Amino acid sequence: MSAMLLEVERLSKSFGGVQAVQDVSFGVAKGEMVAVIGPNGAGKTTLFNMISGVIPPTGGSVRFQGGVINGKKPHELAMLGMTRTFQNLQLFSDMTVLENVMVGFHTRLTGGIFSAGFRLPLARREEKQAQEQAFSCLEQIGLAHLAWERAGTLPYGTQRLVEIARAAVSRPSLILLDEPMAGLNPQESKQLVDVLLAMREQGFTFLFVEHDMETVMAIADRIVVLDYGKKIAEGAPEEIARHPDVIKAYLGEEAV
Amino acid sequence: MEQDQRMADGWKRWLLLAGAAVWLGLPWLVFGNNYVLSTLILIGLYALVGTGMTLLMGYAGQISLGQAAFYGIGAYASAYLTAHAGWPAWLALAAGAVLAALVALVVGIPVFRLREHYLALATLGFGVIMFTFFKEWKGITGGLNGFFGIPPIRIAGVPLQSDLPFYYLVSLFVLAGVWFARNIVRSRVGRALRAIHGSEVAANSLGVNITKYKLQIFMLSAVYASIAGSLYAHYVTFINPDLFGIVPSIYFLIMVVIGGAGSVWGGLIGAAVYVCLGEWLKAVVPLLLPDAGGEFEIVFFGLLLVIMLIYMPNGLTGVALKGWRRFWKTGWRRQVDSHKARSIGGERG
Repeated sequence: MSAMLLEVERLSKSFGGVQAVQDVSFGVAKGEMVAVIGPNGAGKTTLFNMISGVIPPTGGSVRFQGGVINGKKPHELAMLGMTRTFQNLQLFSDMTVLENVMVGFHTRLTGGIFSAGFRLPLARREEKQAQEQAFSCLEQIGLAHLAWERAGTLPYGTQRLVEIARAAVSRPSLILLDEPMAGLNPQESKQLVDVLLAMREQGFTFLFVEHDMETVMAIADRIVVLDYGKKIAEGAPEEIARHPDVIKAYLGEEAV
Repeated sequence: MEQDQRMADGWKRWLLLAGAAVWLGLPWLVFGNNYVLSTLILIGLYALVGTGMTLLMGYAGQISLGQAAFYGIGAYASAYLTAHAGWPAWLALAAGAVLAALVALVVGIPVFRLREHYLALATLGFGVIMFTFFKEWKGITGGLNGFFGIPPIRIAGVPLQSDLPFYYLVSLFVLAGVWFARNIVRSRVGRALRAIHGSEVAANSLGVNITKYKLQIFMLSAVYASIAGSLYAHYVTFINPDLFGIVPSIYFLIMVVIGGAGSVWGGLIGAAVYVCLGEWLKAVVPLLLPDAGGEFEIVFFGLLLVIMLIYMPNGLTGVALKGWRRFWKTGWRRQVDSHKARSIGGERG
């Protein structure tokens, strides 16, 4: 287990008397694509928010690249190499697609207010670098022709791709995707699946929450199933599809 | 195709050059008329405050209803340090800027936990507190009687006592201020600010330290205001707390709304429109309404603020920019293509 990129150990969260997540443990190895699934209210989002530093856990720990990251803020996690996308898109809609992706390169640059304001060589060099990296990232995802469009004017599916490019441009060691397929039409979903698979080929590691079973079964290496805040199963897609507890959780007692 | 873009760029360059020529030549156009010159100097000083505010409001998406307090900090720091402590004016100006930045830091840490209306109210409160300080800390500020006898600023030992050299000095500061702001906007920091404006959670998840950037830009806007305040103190040589209270803060806000916070030029344009309208009102209103007091001004600008927010939320620069883009729509496209070609070429070559 020590070779794991991300290790979640007995992670718990209670809101007042409600135990939203209880003793959940699992790991993500480098290069893996791990999905977290579960019925509505199973605690997926809470789990996700704890891993990404949005809310603090009430118990347990999260280790990332060997170090404990409990209580770290999202921007600190980004500096360590963990970025995320959002279920309800969070693009900077007044900025161009290229600028959006350039913000994703923030952690790789160092220029501050003085080097920027006086336009020191550092700032110029970094600006060029950010632009080139962002552009080549868009090229790989097939969005280069939209680089100068305002992000807010693009179709939903394209915006999601931009969001993924933005999260990936800094080459983070782990990308968290919060329901990447939500709101996409079948064609857009297929395009996104292709992009994600291509990115995995390039060595990206993903942890994602998803409702769309077809996608999960098609692209996940491993699936973690939550129900009522607890992990009820973990394994390869074909194991999960046959797992009695999973079927019970999704279809109810009678189906078994 | 490329030609369109080159033409648009050429136009931009000519516009800037023409602007610079007008700016330099203005004093001669008005034959050194002191009334016009002092109006221009005032525009320049307000523009400096406004430029800092466009960064804070237009780019970072934060609001300050207490900006005149920083203007006051600069003015009183310069006044006290030069008149009573005998410091050279430039050192006093720098000290005022540092002090303003520190005050912005101390105030900003609690205040930027708030958002929107609450943030506006908190900065308003800060303005009230600072106004009270200026009024009551008589040993330093002279209280409501004002602070007299501020020595003029000197360049190479020569005191700047007439309007003409002061006009050029202020112009230089405005130009440097706009240049600095524009550089920030087109950088990692500027992108981070706009990202914060767009979505704080997303910016944060990409590594943008939101609190740090909000504080930095608040401090920077305070420095802009403080420098303008210092220059003002040396220019008029007499200051009193009324110049740094809540009403001036509101006027600064109105200027930025008129000019448009979405462009670093918004401060200058807004200041120019505000000052000119104000002077025009002073000339016209007594003719129409002989009994009107000084309050007509705030009524007028209050109405203007409301109208601007409804019909031109991006201010005059916003409208101009939109027109410009439409005008060069094809050129805009070309820029995309040529830029694309450049960056791809740069990468592979």
